[in-house]
Amino acid sequence: MSGGAIIMMIIAILIVWGGLGLAIVQLRRHPDPGPTTEEATLPHAE
Amino acid sequence: MAKQPREQWATRTGFLLAAIGSAIGLGNIWRFPAVAYENGGGAFLFPYLIALLTAGIPLLIMEYAIGRRYRTSPPAALRQMARPAEAIGWWQVVISFVIATYYAVIIAWAVRYIGFSADQAWGDDPEGFLFGTFLKASEEPGFVSGYVSGVLWPLIAVWVVVLGILAFGIRRGIETANKIFIPLLVVFFVALVIRALTLDGAAQGLDAFFRPDWSELTNGSVWVAAYGQIFFSLSIGFGIMITYASYLRRRADLTGSALVAGFANSSFEILAGIGVFATLGFMAQAAGVPVGEVATAGLGLAFVAFPTIISEMWLGGAFGVLFFVSLVIAGLSSLISIVQVVVSAVQDRTGMRRIPAVFGVGGAVAVASILLFPTNEGVYLLDASDHFINQYGIAMAALVGVIAVAWFMRKLPELQRDADATSAMRLGLWWRICLGIVTPVVLGWMMIDSLRSEFDENYEDYPTGFLLGAGWSVAIAALVVGVLLSLIPWKASEGGLSDLDMESLEEAEGNRKGKRHGKGDR
Repeated sequence: MSGGAIIMMIIAILIVWGGLGLAIVQLRRHPDPGPTTEEATLPHAE
Repeated sequence: MAKQPREQWATRTGFLLAAIGSAIGLGNIWRFPAVAYENGGGAFLFPYLIALLTAGIPLLIMEYAIGRRYRTSPPAALRQMARPAEAIGWWQVVISFVIATYYAVIIAWAVRYIGFSADQAWGDDPEGFLFGTFLKASEEPGFVSGYVSGVLWPLIAVWVVVLGILAFGIRRGIETANKIFIPLLVVFFVALVIRALTLDGAAQGLDAFFRPDWSELTNGSVWVAAYGQIFFSLSIGFGIMITYASYLRRRADLTGSALVAGFANSSFEILAGIGVFATLGFMAQAAGVPVGEVATAGLGLAFVAFPTIISEMWLGGAFGVLFFVSLVIAGLSSLISIVQVVVSAVQDRTGMRRIPAVFGVGGAVAVASILLFPTNEGVYLLDASDHFINQYGIAMAALVGVIAVAWFMRKLPELQRDADATSAMRLGLWWRICLGIVTPVVLGWMMIDSLRSEFDENYEDYPTGFLLGAGWSVAIAALVVGVLLSLIPWKASEGGLSDLDMESLEEAEGNRKGKRHGKGDR
């Protein structure tokens, strides 16, 4: 592989897979609150 | 008939896996690698990422916000925004109906190719085997003249599986299926990529894929291709994400979820690019030709190039099984979401319960699919329908939808407040600029570009009569039927799915600030 191709492969992996990792970390740091009062009391259609 | 409460995802992870499963489809595996290669290789990454951040993720957030806010399927959600906009929702539903009919057929082919891989049934002529022995394709495009049992039976099986999963509902059906499908897909595809990277010529393939051609960045069509790829691969524009988000809880983090789903989809595309081009590098080296001569996309890549490669490599049968099982899983998780758009729209419209809706409405999609596509002319019908419904169905409906929301209804500030109220990451003016200006301009340009080439020459050189019947008429009929469905008088269905009272923005904001985090929802 040429140097340019190797560098672009590394950049692509770092940005896209790194972006996914950061997005997951960010989301895990902010768990959704539980259901609202109405959501908790209503039965769910299944 | 008693009112039914709306179903909800059991966990945030369940919703995310379903959204990711919907986004990761056949296009990620067989479209992205070729698009990137033809549009600058490694340099394509920059327009691609810009398209992801300025159109893909903003549109995802918009659709999540609409679905979560109105808690109903696209027609009813858009109707609540503005009465005439209901037509756009039904248009999206009809588009989903059409796509589902042929998408299932490709999955059925992939199912058969899992078996064919074991003994490499295509021999030394994969192309002749595909069109002759397997599909028994007619010489010329046309309309149904006979059925092909080798496609018919697996297609029926695909529909039984899809309707069976949908019958179990959001939590026990779609969510559970995706919790199995997505990890399985990742395991299978990673195994495939590892095998591909160990092939002779893999480095040559990766070099062709990643070598940057910076001069391409000044070419407008490369940017259009980047936005097109992001747009078609994220399952946006035809109601899926509005539908899935309608089953979210009120306090779900929308922006964070969109970032995860968007980057997960792109991560899989990069993985697919590595796997596909490492494999094509092997094929090119074996044939003693440059990678450019073997690089292909779509059906040709999956059902002609890959079988050729499978025949040439050691333990090719196992490699073929990995590849076609991956295609089947990626396809199924997307097909489920497409059919759910149609099912939920009819449920919300009529108050029909889930099981009758799945087997009545989903069954109608299945019957249309089974009647039209496992036929001698099926491959031509599929090709033409796919091209026209993508270009003048999905893309056009998305263009009209985003302009309607941003400019006619002026709902972006409201949707932004809704998303911000429950999301850790705040949207700024950039979000409204992306949706109000960037996305409509790019989609509009894509449309003009596409129409220009349509009138320059017939798509795939098909006869004009065939294109009118199987292409243009399908795309136009989707719009007309959508408008007609929206004109049917809407009366509140007695058994309609009840909507929970919308939590006020202030309440949601207060909850977010106070971090009243109850049971974790991941």
